[in-house]
Amino acid sequence: MAENHIKPLTLNFGPQHPAAHGVLRLVLEMEGEVIERADPHIGLLHRGTEKLIEYKTYLQAVPYFDRLDYVSPMNQEHGFALGVEKLLDIEVPKRAQYIRVLYSELTRIANHLLNLTTFAIDVGAMTPLLWGFEEREKIMEFYERASGARLHAAYFRPGGVTYDLPAGLMDDIIAWTEHFPTIIDDIEGLLTENRIFKQRTVDIGVISIEDCQNWGLTGPVMRASGLPWDLRKSQPYDSYEEFDFDIPISKDGDCYARYLVRVEEMRQSLKIIKQAIERMPDGPFKTEDRKVSAPPRAEMKRSMEALIHHFKLYTEGYHVPAGETYTAVEAPKGEFAVYLVSDGTNKPYRCKIRAPGFLFMQAMDFMCRGHLLADSVAILGSLDVVFGEIDR
Amino acid sequence: MGEGAFLEGYVIPTAIIVAQIVAVMIPILLGVAYLTYAERKVIGAIQLRQGPMTVGPFGLLQPIADALKLLTKETILPAGSNRIVFLMAPMLTFILAIIAWAVIPFDEGWVISDINVGILYLFAISSLGVYGVIMAGWASNSKYPFLGALRSAAQMVSYEVSIGFVMVTVLLCVGSLNLTDIVMAQQTIWFAVPLLPMFVIFFISVLAETNRAPFDLPEGESELVAGFMVEYSSMSFALFFLGEYANMILMSGIATVLFLGGWLPPVDIAPFNWIPGPIWFGLKVAFLLFVFLWVRATFPRYRYDQLMRLGWKVFLPFSLLWVVLTAGVLVAFDWVPA
Repeated sequence: MAENHIKPLTLNFGPQHPAAHGVLRLVLEMEGEVIERADPHIGLLHRGTEKLIEYKTYLQAVPYFDRLDYVSPMNQEHGFALGVEKLLDIEVPKRAQYIRVLYSELTRIANHLLNLTTFAIDVGAMTPLLWGFEEREKIMEFYERASGARLHAAYFRPGGVTYDLPAGLMDDIIAWTEHFPTIIDDIEGLLTENRIFKQRTVDIGVISIEDCQNWGLTGPVMRASGLPWDLRKSQPYDSYEEFDFDIPISKDGDCYARYLVRVEEMRQSLKIIKQAIERMPDGPFKTEDRKVSAPPRAEMKRSMEALIHHFKLYTEGYHVPAGETYTAVEAPKGEFAVYLVSDGTNKPYRCKIRAPGFLFMQAMDFMCRGHLLADSVAILGSLDVVFGEIDR
Repeated sequence: MGEGAFLEGYVIPTAIIVAQIVAVMIPILLGVAYLTYAERKVIGAIQLRQGPMTVGPFGLLQPIADALKLLTKETILPAGSNRIVFLMAPMLTFILAIIAWAVIPFDEGWVISDINVGILYLFAISSLGVYGVIMAGWASNSKYPFLGALRSAAQMVSYEVSIGFVMVTVLLCVGSLNLTDIVMAQQTIWFAVPLLPMFVIFFISVLAETNRAPFDLPEGESELVAGFMVEYSSMSFALFFLGEYANMILMSGIATVLFLGGWLPPVDIAPFNWIPGPIWFGLKVAFLLFVFLWVRATFPRYRYDQLMRLGWKVFLPFSLLWVVLTAGVLVAFDWVPA
């Protein structure tokens, strides 16, 4: 009798799936409930960001970075701003650097709050989400008070930040940093030592340091596997070398380790935020180079030269000397980098974006293999993917 | 046979039974409606939000608005489905959740049918509940419902076994399968006290039996979207929904009868025994239902294999051991009821 080949059950997971984290379409080949192959299909949120940026001046390109990983917008503006500053070879004032550090870390907390709590929902615990979003809302309000927008801030621009911090904002942020650790404790109280949560996450989706390096997985995922690699420490940008903070790592490399690393990163971010506010220097909040950043409005009323600068900057934009740069920042999800090629005009010749989530998607297949269907949801949640940056 | 005899022999008893059924059904359906409301309010309070607030004062009319909405929706029959089975499944679930109430005593003598095998009847009805889910999953002819139905079948079967042993321990202590007798046997002390571990096992098994969190795998939102209910809409969905909540109330009722002394007050002294029995019964059921909701807001969901391991490797040996232990103690001290 001829051997019968039993066709595996093919399950179309997403794009309209509550745990697909946006628009992931995962084609799962399953033997019963065990996953034999996971095939991520991406591109449902493709907007052609990289190509669009080639047709925009450097300043007009900034908002596109908010819309990549829309959970942590400012860190991506940061990458782009640093890259352009490097090509322009300009110095950013100390106050601007500190404001950027402050907001990068606020964004990291906002990102981890969203990731950890949606991860909890993926494994079935729904209450942390509501508790976490209450706090995330407060961070959004800090965004709004500094930049005028709750989410798509366009706040970090080449040369500094858009506006100075309004009076009283730093006091409110300090008050919030006093209160926020109790919320972390509450969320941890529901999850960290919960037996069911541990059963669902410990030893699920284990990944080794070698695999992380071979597949380009960075950020908390890599640190949870045991490699203390953080760009804020290894190649500090924007005064990160002046701050005292630790890089949490774990040796296990499973979903639970990734959860613990992110929780500890939130606490470390709070530490950085406090230091940034305590030591916030005075001075200009963006570069005084009038060929890059616009003059204050009051000056434009008096000075003809200022008016011309303003007009040129907001129509033609500034020209960036020919050259190329790969500039990376430690975004909440991992190494976010911009590869910028300038041909000396007012628009980038090429802007390649390295999104950490894109590389996480590669790992889905070998991380899910042999696990149950419910584990694929936990793995996806613990990788922290956002499709804005993956599909670009 | 005279006209009077016919009236007395058939018409009046039928009318009384119908009246009794209506008298039980209406509070239960109202209870189901307001259980959905209570769920949203309780979970809302735990999650620092308000829950429904707009329809009526404090959102009190929200369940009615929801029911009306579902009634006016279109019932969609998927093209590949087996229509008859597809439509029978929600009806079966709902009917089974309702007919079990026939033997539940609300007070001494307040029971539609005081049969001597009450426990067996309840056990049979709750075991049949899995058919609604399996039929729904199979008839939908779709992958997510199919997986949900498979999970549900495995889950309900494995927890039924430990529920069975828990009931056996209670029966050993009572010596009767009649639910009224079971309550009356708890006049000195509720069975929840001497049989506390069994009460805990019973409650956890009930969570699994009713597909509630943390055992809501057959409809696991984040894995199977809505499990066996994926293809259902409108009233066919509503019947599943009502069935699930009616089952929760039913199971809380059974737990109350078996372990919390049914309609009996906690202590038989002045202020407590002024309150009528049905109110005590309702309060105990409400407390258990609150625990249902509390658990849902607190715990993550089990994974399929972990749930099976818990059922077969932990609950089954443990409950079996307690059956033996209880029987041994009863025999050793000569406490076996006549």
